[in-house]
Amino acid sequence: MKKYKEKLIEFFLKLTALVTILTTIGIIWVLLSESISFFKEVSILEFITDKQWTPLFARKHFGIMPLISGTILTTIIALCVSLPIGLTIAIYLSEYAHIKIKKTIKPLLEILAAVPTVVYGFFALMVVTPFLQNIIPGLAGFNSLSAGIVMGIMIIPFISSLSEDALSSVPRSLRDASYGMGATRLQTSFKVMVPAASSGIVVSVILAFSRAIGETMIVAIAAGQQPRLTLNPLVPVETITAYIVQVSLGDVAHGSLEYKTIFAAGITLFVFTFILNNISYWIRKKFREEYE
Amino acid sequence: MNNGKINRVKDTIFKYVGILACSIGLILLAIFIGNILIDGFSRIDLDFLTSLPSRKAEKAGILTAWSGSLWIVVLTFFISVPIGVCAGIYLEEYGKKGRLTNLLEINISNLAGVPSIIYGLLGLEIFVRLSKMGSSVLAGSFTLSLLILPIIIVATREALRAVPSSIRAASYGLGASKWQTIWYQVLPASSGGILTGVILAISRAVGETAPLIVVGALAYVPFTPKGIMDEFTVLPIQIFNWVSRPQHEFSINAAAAIIILLIITFALNGIAVYFRNKWQKKLS
Repeated sequence: MKKYKEKLIEFFLKLTALVTILTTIGIIWVLLSESISFFKEVSILEFITDKQWTPLFARKHFGIMPLISGTILTTIIALCVSLPIGLTIAIYLSEYAHIKIKKTIKPLLEILAAVPTVVYGFFALMVVTPFLQNIIPGLAGFNSLSAGIVMGIMIIPFISSLSEDALSSVPRSLRDASYGMGATRLQTSFKVMVPAASSGIVVSVILAFSRAIGETMIVAIAAGQQPRLTLNPLVPVETITAYIVQVSLGDVAHGSLEYKTIFAAGITLFVFTFILNNISYWIRKKFREEYE
Repeated sequence: MNNGKINRVKDTIFKYVGILACSIGLILLAIFIGNILIDGFSRIDLDFLTSLPSRKAEKAGILTAWSGSLWIVVLTFFISVPIGVCAGIYLEEYGKKGRLTNLLEINISNLAGVPSIIYGLLGLEIFVRLSKMGSSVLAGSFTLSLLILPIIIVATREALRAVPSSIRAASYGLGASKWQTIWYQVLPASSGGILTGVILAISRAVGETAPLIVVGALAYVPFTPKGIMDEFTVLPIQIFNWVSRPQHEFSINAAAAIIILLIITFALNGIAVYFRNKWQKKLS
């Protein structure tokens, strides 16, 4: 009887774990089924090669490129901000700072990731854009520059915390050997520690990249809603995520082609983040035992 | 100057660059929050908390927004916590090294990286349309539950792993079964860690905007939800709605609502850190 009960509990627990598998199947099924019916009406070739995205206008074009360029542009700007700052923080905390300082600074920085993204959107639109307009006269009210910068600030802790973990897990002996040779902390950091922790650092950067691609509210508020194939950071653009929000806010009938476009845009986004997440998972698995 | 000296100067310079890098993010955050406080603090009063939304900025309040958020959070809690904690227990205590466990692990790590707006698309199709829930509180809560499930599972596993094996061994030694050991010994010992993870996950759910917009939560709802099948709005969507309007008065409203949202977020995070510290002391 007791054994029977134990088995039953285990079975029930297993079912709850399987909810996560169902979620993945659900996501893929939903995205695929709506996209397939989208691609029955719009050719994949047009989707990839057309340089305009105007599904909500009278003259409809279905080229995803402008949305991708908007997404990549804001992401690159965000990484240009967060990568140097995040890595410097990681090296400082692991190689220079006293353990007590490290234990205070790390959770403080993680506050940056806890702030809701809609709040960052407000910052970008109401504080950063007006400030930048003083410096750059041609800056539009909606632009990818301030959205990207603010997004970069938000993802600093992703890079700094994960990279710092990677640096800290490098064995002491490597660091001591370098100091023994008379190297300074700076030389030890860049010539010994960073190369030794490179896989962990790369993982942190990929995860930050993937996070920036999927970020929605900052770009929806501050980057604009004009799909545009450009790398100019001063003009309004639209990202994949911002487009999905734009359509969701409007009154689009279920089953219409406009409705299906958000799933076609969604699957594009999903493919990007799926590839990035799997690369990072693979790197983590492969290099985990390197020093153990 | 010889080489050694130059290197030591460079070393010192980098130290200050590091301190600067650490402070820059926090200084910017402080400037932002300062700005928000100046803009919005004087707008917060009892009327603001208890008024319905309105076309006139100075009359508008956040009653529907915060009550919607409360409904969503409570429901999300009751859906996601039992599933998440049970799944965490299964993976950590029962999952044998094998294909299924491996698949589950890769899958959860992947789900944690799926952008939140994709969960919105999932919720729109599965809960709003196929399950015919409409754009209700229930549909929104299910969507957010799936979104925070990976966070709860990972936190539960870490908390269970931190329980010393001597506790398990002692319980088995007294003749307890596996489930008795988990239920009476391991879970109570890990409860602090699990609680921390749950609170952080809930704090994430409070701030989520994009998936709820996709699920169809409205920007303008003139009533508070009375049941789980009612339409709703939440605090972040109300903020988004006010930010998107060109009139300056509405951005003041947005700033005021942001202050409330930040107070909730920081309070939840503070409580989580408090529980974590207390729990870690108890364990060691």
